[in-house]
Amino acid sequence: MQRAAGALALAFVLEAVQIASMPPISRGFLGRRREQPDPSRVPPGQHVVQDFPVLSYGPTPRTPTAEWTFSIDGSVQDARRWTWDEMLALPQERITKDIHCVTSWSKLDTVWTGVSLDVLLAEATPTAKWVTAWCDGGYTTNLALADVTGGKAWVAHTFDGAPLAADHGGPARLLVPHLYFWKSAKWVRGLTVTESDEPGFWEQNGYHDHGDPWTEERYGASFR
Amino acid sequence: MTEIPRATEGRTDPSAWRLASVREVVHETPRAVTLRFAVPSWPGHVAGQRIDVRLTAEDGYSATRAYSIATPWVGSAASTIDVTVEQLEDGEVSPYLVDVAAPGDELEIRGPIGGAFTWQPSDGGPVLLIAGGSGLVPLMAMVRAHAVAPSQTDVRLLLSSRTLADVLYRAELQALASAGTVRLHQTLTRGAPSGWSGSTRRVDAAMISAFAPPPAAHPRIYVCGSNPFVEAATGALLGLGYDPASVRTERFGPSAS
Repeated sequence: MQRAAGALALAFVLEAVQIASMPPISRGFLGRRREQPDPSRVPPGQHVVQDFPVLSYGPTPRTPTAEWTFSIDGSVQDARRWTWDEMLALPQERITKDIHCVTSWSKLDTVWTGVSLDVLLAEATPTAKWVTAWCDGGYTTNLALADVTGGKAWVAHTFDGAPLAADHGGPARLLVPHLYFWKSAKWVRGLTVTESDEPGFWEQNGYHDHGDPWTEERYGASFR
Repeated sequence: MTEIPRATEGRTDPSAWRLASVREVVHETPRAVTLRFAVPSWPGHVAGQRIDVRLTAEDGYSATRAYSIATPWVGSAASTIDVTVEQLEDGEVSPYLVDVAAPGDELEIRGPIGGAFTWQPSDGGPVLLIAGGSGLVPLMAMVRAHAVAPSQTDVRLLLSSRTLADVLYRAELQALASAGTVRLHQTLTRGAPSGWSGSTRRVDAAMISAFAPPPAAHPRIYVCGSNPFVEAATGALLGLGYDPASVRTERFGPSAS
């Protein structure tokens, strides 16, 4: 009897907690959910867009492909550097992936062409577990080696069958589609393999260190 | 299924959803309103930062969008967080915020977000702000931070709008310019009234050069607007010899709908 009363009291408490944590309802707000495709492809807090928004913290750099190189250095057995033509001579992959921006838009079935980082890293042979991608314009982002190997990351130079536009990161950007898109560094010029995890630009400016969209790893600790 | 965090009283976690109540709705232009939020648990922010706004429908469906904050944080209990929302055709969230939201309504916000596009009076200057349309919103937070400090910094605002009726915070900007708090140059790209003393073309190198501190003065430069606007303005700035590292950008797109 006492136990039953206890369970009843607990049920009341649970209900009260649930009510207290309910978000406020915006009466008359319907949303556009019918337009949303397969919900299993849209991470929590994201919405699908048809356009391709541009977000960058500074001016768009414009490096001619004749001057472009891609380097892998740092904690590696063989530091390597490729010219544009050498990059295009490597095995190319056509990649169709959904991409997710921390500002809450997702774009499904984006089609890219590029070179797998597996191919590039195999030639350099990393001896440590982290990489920092660095870019024209000064941008950096940090990634675990495990997040850019095993068919998960590319240097992409073609979007939707055309050369990648400068404001989207051309001539080439990193493509790491399983993480929020700030990790897919625009205007990428190289990877430095590092012994420890070294936060990059946005990781020092309020974004999460890792950036998994499925667990909403959006923001880091307060940075004020 | 990931558990979605609900509004909490967390103090510094920008991931925490917080209850916000609409204290006031100000109709800025035919297409834009300012929502003045009271957020009891707000940890404060720096001019230029943004928030995420989440609306929840009666059946639990929710939608989140990012909006720049138009006001600096002045740190008192009476502080409010203003966001100015322009209604985008085909938008999911902005039509509700512009047409339906009313004083007393509650919704959820989280933040502050973004540590790269910020300015506070202690950062100094000179400061050059270049805004296209509703791109003025985060730059207005910087102008207001400068005005309330008050700071002696040379702050200049180059503002491009479609027509005079589209100019956000028009009376306040005029007052700040008249008082000498900011230097203001405006251009109207889709028609100006007779007697208009500003420009009537898109922002270009000549317009920037005539108004801005020269590159040798090493201004801190903030550009905000649509992607084409930001591309044009930053292209002109780099052509004039401004240091790319001194230019910060924020681009508004249809994704902000």
